[in-house]
Amino acid sequence: MTYITKPVNHHPRLKINKLGLTRRDYEGLVSTLCAGCGHDSISAAIIEACFQLNIAAHQVAKLSGIGCSSKTPGYFLKQSHGFNSVHGRMPSIATGANLANHELTYLGVSGDGDTASIGMGQFVHAVRRQLNVVYIIENNGTYGLTKGQFSATNDIESKSKYGEDNLFPAIDLAGMAIHLGASFVARSFSGDKEQLIPLMKAALRHKGFSLIDVISPCVTFNNHKHSTKSYDYVREHNESVASMTDFVTIGNTITASYKHGKNIDISLHDGSILSLQKISKNYNPENKIEAIKKIQQSEQQGKVLTGLLYINPKAKDLKEILHVVDTPLNKLVERDLCPGKEKINQINSSLK
Amino acid sequence: MHKIKSINEFVIKFANVNGSGSTSANEMFAKGVFRLGVPVSPKNIFPSNIQGLPTWFEIRVTEKGYLGRREEIDIAVAMNPQSYAEDVAEIRPGGYLLYDSSWKRNFGRDDINVLDIPLTELCVSEFSNPQLRLLFKNIVYVGALAYLLGMGIDVYVDLISEKFKSKEKLIIPNVKALEMGYNYAKANLANQCDIKVRKSNKNKGMILTNGNDAAGLGCVYAGATVCAWYPITPSTSVAESFIKYCEKLRVDDRTQKNKFAIVQAEDELAAIGMVIGANWNGARAFTATSGPGISLMSEFLGLAYFAEVPTVLFDIQRGGPSTGMPTRTQQSDILCCAYASHGDTKHILLIPSNPTECFEFSVMAFDLADRLQTPIIILSDLDIGMNDFTTKEFKWEDTHMFDRGKVLTKEDLDSMEKFGRYLDIDGDGIPYRTYPGTHSEKGAYFTRGSSHDEYAVYTEDGKVNARNLTRILKKHENAAKLVPKPIIKSVNNSKGVIYFGSSDYSMIEALDELSSDGIILDSMRIRAFPFGKAVHDFIENHDMIFVVEQNRDAQMKKLILAEANVAPDKMISVLCFDGMPITAHFISTEISSYLAEKEVKEIMKK
Repeated sequence: MTYITKPVNHHPRLKINKLGLTRRDYEGLVSTLCAGCGHDSISAAIIEACFQLNIAAHQVAKLSGIGCSSKTPGYFLKQSHGFNSVHGRMPSIATGANLANHELTYLGVSGDGDTASIGMGQFVHAVRRQLNVVYIIENNGTYGLTKGQFSATNDIESKSKYGEDNLFPAIDLAGMAIHLGASFVARSFSGDKEQLIPLMKAALRHKGFSLIDVISPCVTFNNHKHSTKSYDYVREHNESVASMTDFVTIGNTITASYKHGKNIDISLHDGSILSLQKISKNYNPENKIEAIKKIQQSEQQGKVLTGLLYINPKAKDLKEILHVVDTPLNKLVERDLCPGKEKINQINSSLK
Repeated sequence: MHKIKSINEFVIKFANVNGSGSTSANEMFAKGVFRLGVPVSPKNIFPSNIQGLPTWFEIRVTEKGYLGRREEIDIAVAMNPQSYAEDVAEIRPGGYLLYDSSWKRNFGRDDINVLDIPLTELCVSEFSNPQLRLLFKNIVYVGALAYLLGMGIDVYVDLISEKFKSKEKLIIPNVKALEMGYNYAKANLANQCDIKVRKSNKNKGMILTNGNDAAGLGCVYAGATVCAWYPITPSTSVAESFIKYCEKLRVDDRTQKNKFAIVQAEDELAAIGMVIGANWNGARAFTATSGPGISLMSEFLGLAYFAEVPTVLFDIQRGGPSTGMPTRTQQSDILCCAYASHGDTKHILLIPSNPTECFEFSVMAFDLADRLQTPIIILSDLDIGMNDFTTKEFKWEDTHMFDRGKVLTKEDLDSMEKFGRYLDIDGDGIPYRTYPGTHSEKGAYFTRGSSHDEYAVYTEDGKVNARNLTRILKKHENAAKLVPKPIIKSVNNSKGVIYFGSSDYSMIEALDELSSDGIILDSMRIRAFPFGKAVHDFIENHDMIFVVEQNRDAQMKKLILAEANVAPDKMISVLCFDGMPITAHFISTEISSYLAEKEVKEIMKK
């Protein structure tokens, strides 16, 4: 479909956000991924979340590594700068970029190969450093671009499209991120936009490392009967800890009410309120130990646990930990940075 | 007994046990000589070890200003029984051996002058703390040397008082130890040493510092705000220097917050990735590493080259290949840096020869990186990086402005029809870039390591890709006009010598030695790659050119042969790769014996 140019015109009555933009203004180029690819739904969710949050696209930087997932930043937010780096190394690019200008929103898009194999080293350290980034893993359990090899997130008893057994257990990136100190950890499904969009919005507003591990079926190589990352499998085995019922930005009051379960409200650093409807009894997403326990229980039961698994709304991010000035470092000029002649003369004297 | 007699020209070597606190005492000894106005070059020859192995510290005292390493030892201070045999063997006939005579020993040489000082006994009688007894032995021998060399004690009392300004309690015992050594030598070793340090005036406008400290300071002055690094000898002190100077000079007075961000990365890959990310986003950022780190960073260097992201990288070279000799020096990363990464890549190299140039080139590197939008690699080495040298003062003018290169502002974008990230608008191969967040509608582009067109859009059109690669090459060729020119000394001889980096000190001495033997050579010190016209002309204008390098494979010669149109036969390599800094003696011997042999061959032919 890449040969079709996207029409510029759109429906005259398309909804307009506070910036006077339509949803279409947040789009990118036409996707070159396979028809039905889960990744395209994630791109759509990113577009919708940014539209709803009235985010100015040029204040977002899109960063990625290599692979099908890492191509997607071309397909959303065309007014944003993008950086398609090298395989598995997006976290270091994001870290440097973030240190240079903490005022932008950083959206890192990666895949299961890009994160759980070649990029594992950088991923864990970016989490540990509390990098302020929304880190999306488009997790399909397979190397799509090289035609269907197993990835490290594929479950041990699943089979490839060609019938080979997967011999090694899956790495659970969400559980790992909680262990490592990520302050926002969610898992979702590309086929569930009702859950994914609010999660995305909350992650964009959260300060600190926000991970969304999105199960995103590969229609070409990992959507068959013996796959645990197929549309059918995830739909059948999806268990949600909490549904994101609402996301309220600063100053608004919560108006929604729900019939079942109990709502909990979490205030984020900027005053936004995150309202969750608890489905699972006694599940408290601010309790790290509970979150890890629940993830492991579900895994044992063969379920795919989704929703906001863990959040620490008060976590410090890397910029605060390093005690960096509030003016972005890339806006500092000679008079801020250069100690000058008098100081160099003092240094010369101290070296005599 | 013959005694070497000398004023202000000698080499003293300290043999110590690693981890015994000797380095700071030895450095203090050197600084005392420096303060008396005599040029010095101390060299720390240390093992890859924290405690226990032998370690040496050589100091060349040289009124003539020959700061390169010299091999013959005039005075040995032997503090390590493990290495007595080799330390004693190195002393020149008529030289001096100072040792801890608490345990008397016969060294089996009757052609050297043994100076007994019972260092342990003196320290045991004065200090009760066992650790202090050990540490102060070093100060005691500094005191003894101050007497033996006729330096007086005051210069060292001053240095101790300055060093412990904030810990006054330590001044008294240190001065005590110093006096003990001084007085012991005065009472027992009067007139035994004919080597003297005499006050001079050669250090006007000079400082005593090392290249890594200078490089870190240069980064502060260049406006670097992000440093990402991974510890590796001998580059670690570049980052440490940056940290030290930032903490002194870059903390905001009002908020006490940092106008810098330093990350100790998980590995060298992440370090260079962070540097690329920060530079992409408009902050000046750098990393420092050594050979193994360069290997690891190669993939990212290719990305920065092809996606045209400014990057500043210090390579403080050490002995290779592989882990090699981490605490020894070499110039063996030239080819791997010049062509780092797969595919057609070429990088810009700046090659400083002394600590002052380390400062100047690091300032320049950031301007060049921004101007050329490409990696700039500063190729230093362990010798100039970690050892102190008597070097020119740092200079700075407050009118200095950073060259941030071709960066478009919001206003620039407003007046533009369409922005193309990789368009060659000015014909110099250098495109315009934008920082993220500049403009709400224009200027966004996709940075990528995959083939792209002038608008940064992915392309598999071979012609477009070839056009892009050709433009990047043009940019590289233009860089030759911007990088430091070679230092040429020429009297239009037909024979010349090419050298670079830390070989400078020994080369200057070797040229003098050769000239006193009647061999006069023109010389050219290369300071950067790409080479530029001056380098090409020098090669063109000489029939025979020696290329002096500290590596096995003649890497600079190969780079010249690959990049310049030169007849290989006229380039003759002089190669030192034992990990020790090259000496003048080595260079002059190699060159004179080559010439002598050639003469013999020519006579035979006739």
